[in-house]
Amino acid sequence: MPAYQTSLTQIARRRTHAGKFLERLRSGDEIAHMVTLAFAASVLLITFLLVVELGRHSAASWHEFGWRFLVTSVWDPVFGEFGALPFIYGTVVTSAVALIIAVPIGVGAAIFLAELAPPLLSISLTFVIELLAAVPSVVYGLLGIFVLVPLLRSYVEPFLQSTLGFLPFFQGPAYGVGFLAAGVVLAIMVLPFIISISREALLAVPMEQREGALALGSTRWEATWDVVAPYARTGILGSIFLALARALGETMAVTMVIGNDPKISSSLFAPGYTIAAVIANEFTEATDDLYLSALVELGLVLFLVTIIINALARLMILATTRRGTEHP
Amino acid sequence: MKIASRGTRCATVIWVTLIMAAVMLSALPPATAAADRVQLNGAGATFPYPIYSKWFDEYHKRHPEIEINYQSIGSGGGIRQLLQGTVDFGASDSPMTDEQIRRAKIKVLHFPTVLGADVPTYNIPGVAAELKFTPEALAGIFLGKIKKWNDAELTNANPGVKLPGNDIIVVHRSDGSGTTFIWTDYLAKVSAEWKSKVGTGTSVNWPVGLGGKGNEGVSGLVKQTPNSIGYVELIYAVQNRMPYGAVKNAAGNFVKADLASVTAAAGVADQMPDDFRVSITNPQGKDAYPIASFTWLLVPAKIADAQKKKVLTGFLQWMITDGQKLAERMSYAPLPKAVVAKVTKAISLIQ
Amino acid sequence: MSARTHRRNLINVIMLGLTGLCTLAAVAVLFFILGYLVWNGGRYIDWDFLTQLPRPVGESGGGMANAIVGSGKLLLVAALAGIPVGFIGGVYLAEFGGKTFTFVVRYTADLLNGVPSIVIGIFAYTVLVLPMQHFSTLAGGLALAVILIPIVLRSTEDFLRAVPQTLREGALALGAPRWKAVITVVIPAAMRGIATGVLLSLARVAGETAPLLFTSFSNRFWSHGWNEPTASLPVMIFTYAISPYDEWRRQAWAAALVLLVLVLFANIGARLILSRKSLSRGF
Repeated sequence: MPAYQTSLTQIARRRTHAGKFLERLRSGDEIAHMVTLAFAASVLLITFLLVVELGRHSAASWHEFGWRFLVTSVWDPVFGEFGALPFIYGTVVTSAVALIIAVPIGVGAAIFLAELAPPLLSISLTFVIELLAAVPSVVYGLLGIFVLVPLLRSYVEPFLQSTLGFLPFFQGPAYGVGFLAAGVVLAIMVLPFIISISREALLAVPMEQREGALALGSTRWEATWDVVAPYARTGILGSIFLALARALGETMAVTMVIGNDPKISSSLFAPGYTIAAVIANEFTEATDDLYLSALVELGLVLFLVTIIINALARLMILATTRRGTEHP
Repeated sequence: MKIASRGTRCATVIWVTLIMAAVMLSALPPATAAADRVQLNGAGATFPYPIYSKWFDEYHKRHPEIEINYQSIGSGGGIRQLLQGTVDFGASDSPMTDEQIRRAKIKVLHFPTVLGADVPTYNIPGVAAELKFTPEALAGIFLGKIKKWNDAELTNANPGVKLPGNDIIVVHRSDGSGTTFIWTDYLAKVSAEWKSKVGTGTSVNWPVGLGGKGNEGVSGLVKQTPNSIGYVELIYAVQNRMPYGAVKNAAGNFVKADLASVTAAAGVADQMPDDFRVSITNPQGKDAYPIASFTWLLVPAKIADAQKKKVLTGFLQWMITDGQKLAERMSYAPLPKAVVAKVTKAISLIQ
Repeated sequence: MSARTHRRNLINVIMLGLTGLCTLAAVAVLFFILGYLVWNGGRYIDWDFLTQLPRPVGESGGGMANAIVGSGKLLLVAALAGIPVGFIGGVYLAEFGGKTFTFVVRYTADLLNGVPSIVIGIFAYTVLVLPMQHFSTLAGGLALAVILIPIVLRSTEDFLRAVPQTLREGALALGAPRWKAVITVVIPAAMRGIATGVLLSLARVAGETAPLLFTSFSNRFWSHGWNEPTASLPVMIFTYAISPYDEWRRQAWAAALVLLVLVLFANIGARLILSRKSLSRGF
C-alpha cells in the first residue's frame, strides 16, 4: 500500500483525538464518511450479487450433473446432456495459442520500448500500442471474419500443413475459422496488455543493475536478457496472467471466428467453441430450464477462473511495482 | 478558492449537459411518434425473418402508429423469451413440443403464417451446375460419413458434373433453430442412423461441421467458405444468389424447392390439427419438395394489455389476407385456403 | 577470443533488431486496422447511413440512425448510473478510507473489472430483464454501468492520491472540515485526471457488445423512452457482419469505422488532457 495512504485520515484523527463523534458529525465529516463509504461498498455489493445470481441460476445444473459437468464432453440439448469439457478445452486452447504468439512479440516489444528506444519515441509508440486495447472486440471480429480467416484458409493453413503436417496440430481440412483463427485474434487483442505492463516492469528496474552489467563488459542484449529481464520477471509474469484472464473471457471476436462447434480435436484448424462464445450464442434461446442452468454454470466457471487468474496477476504486478519503489 | 470554483463549475456544466442530453434523447424522435404509438416486441425464427421484416415494415407504413419490432434470434430463442415473458410474441418453425406445452406457465397459441423450405446450399469453386442430392447423400454428409465432394453417392446422382476431391465443409446452426428442426426432422425420417445417433430438435449434437448463428450466419459462412455446404431457408439462397440443390423426394423424383413444390408438400393441410402443430417433411406427393414446413407465430392465449391485444389480432387478420399476397414475391408459399379459414377462426381465441 | 566477442556482438545486434521488429509488428497492426476500416467503411458512410432506419431484410439502402442514437442513450444511462458511484467510491478510497476495508474494495474493484463482459450480461439479464419482463435501454445501460464503476472508481482514487499532501494540509490548517477540504481543494486539483479516467471508461464500454445481447437486445425502429429494446452500434455490427447480405456487410464496415473513430478520439483526447496537466504541474 502506498506510503501516503490515508494521511488525511490520520491528520483528521489527530485533530479529533478525543473521539468527539458529535463534533465530527456536526462538521459533516462523519456524514461524508458514511456517504462515500456506501458508494464504495456498492462495488462489494455488486460483486456479491453477481456471485449469488450465478450460483442461484446454475443450481439446477449443479444438482443434475455435479462435478461430472466439468469432465464430460457431450453437449446435447435434445437429450438434456450437458458437459462443459469441449468449451473448457476450446477456451484453454485458444488462450494458449494466443499466449504462444503474443508473449514473445509482447516481451520483445516491451524490451525495445523500455531499454532501447529514446524516451519520446518510447512514449509515443506505447501510446499507439495501447490504442490497440481500445479497439472494440466486435471490430476485431469483423476484421477476423473478412481478413484473417480467408488469409488463414488460403495461405497459412495449407503452408503449415505442408511443412509441419506431421504434427497432430496441423492436420485435417483448412476451415479458416477455428482454434487457430481465434488464437490469432486473441493474440492481437492481448498484445497491448503484455507490452504496456511489461514495459513498466522493465522501467522499474533500477538503473544500477544495467550499469553494473554493462560495466562488467556485457553487451546491451546480455545486460537486458541476463540482468534486467530476470529482475522484472514477476511483473512480466503478471502481465502475462492478466493477458490470459483477458483471453479466457473474450467473447465477441472469438464467437465470430471460432466456428461454434463443441468438439475436442487436436487440430488447430478444426472448429471449436469457447465458454464465452457458447453463452453469447445460446443464452437467449435455451429452451428448457436445465439447458439455461447449464449455460449459467458455464458462466460461473468462467467467472471463477478469470477471478483466480486476475487475483494472481494483480498480486504479481503489485509485488514488482512495490519493489521498484523501494529501491529507486 | 479560485481553482475550487472552476472545478465545481466544470463538474456542474458536465452534469447539466448530461441531464439535458438525457431529456432530449428520451423525447427523440418526437416528430415521428404518433400520440397513441404502440410498440410490440417479438423474437424468434430466422427462417421467416425476411418476410416478417417485410410484413412489419408494410404494416407500419399502413399504420404509422404501430411498430412491431421483430428480432431474429432463432426459434429456440422465440419460445424461450415468450415463456419468460420478455417479448410480446414469439415465432418458431418447430411447433412447441408436448413437453414444452405441459411445462409452460402460460397457454400459447400457434398461428401458421407461410410455408418455406430448407434447401441445401453450397459453395464449390468451379462447379456451376445445380447439384442433385439423394436423402442418403444428405444424411451421409451431415453425419460426417461422406467426406469428399467426389464421393460415389454424390457423383452417381450427378452424372456429367465434375466434382472436386476436396473435403466437404459442413455448416450447421449454432443456435436453437426451427430450420434445424425441419432439417433434422427430415433426416430422421429418411435415415435410421440419423434418428438413433443425432435425433430431431431445434439444436442437436452435430457430428461434424461449423456453426453459424441464424440462417444469416449459415448463409454467410457458406458464402465465405469454399467447398462448404449448409442448409438455409430458400429466400436466403435466392436473395444472395447462392446455388442450391434439388432433393430426391419420397416418390423418387429430384425436386427443387419452389412455390409449386412447397405448396404440393402442404397437401396434408386437409388434416391440419386444431392447434396447427404439424410436420410436412418427406410427404408422399410426386412433385412435393421433401424438406418444407409451415412456420408459426406464437401468441399468448391471454393478453392482459387491451391495446397490445388489439394490435396483434389486427396484424394477424391483415397477415392472413393482404399479407399473404406478399409471400410469393419473397419466395415463400402462401397458406392453403383451408388453413386460412381455420386460422381466421383461431384468431378469435385470443383473449 | 575475438571470435567470441564477434559472436556476442552479432547476437546483440540480432536480438535487439528482433525486439525492434516486434514493436514494429504491434504498431503496424493498429495502422492496418485503421487503414482497412477507413478504406472499407469510409466509402459507405453517407447521409442515409446516418439518418435512415434499417430497411427490411434483403432490400438495399437504409441506415443505422437508431443504432447511433441507441448507443448514445445506452452510454448516457451508463454514465448517469456509473460515474457517481465510481467517483464517490473513489473519493472514499483516497480520502476517507481505513486500511483493510479500502484494500478489500480496491482489490474487488480490480477483480470486477476483470470479469468477462458476457458474465455481466447474464447477471443483468437475471436481475433486470427478467423482473422487468422486457428488454430495455435501461437494462443495457445499467449492465454497462457495472463495467464502468470499477474503472472510474480506480482511476478517481489514483488521481486523488496524486494530489500533493501539502494542499490538503493547507486546507485543514485553515480549520476546514475534511469534507470541505476534499470538495473545494483536493477534487478540483485532480479534476482533469478524473475527467480523463471517465472519458476512457466511457470509450471502453462504448464498444461492449456481449452484455447488450440479452439486455438492450435490438430494435428495427426507434426506441422511445428508456423501457423499450434499442438498437446499438456494436450489436448491429455483430448481426450484420455474420450475415450473407452484401449491403449489410458494407454497413457493418461503416458502423465499425464510426465506432472506432469515436473510441480512438476519446482515447487521444484523454491523453491530450492529461499531458497538458502534467506540463502545467511541471512548472
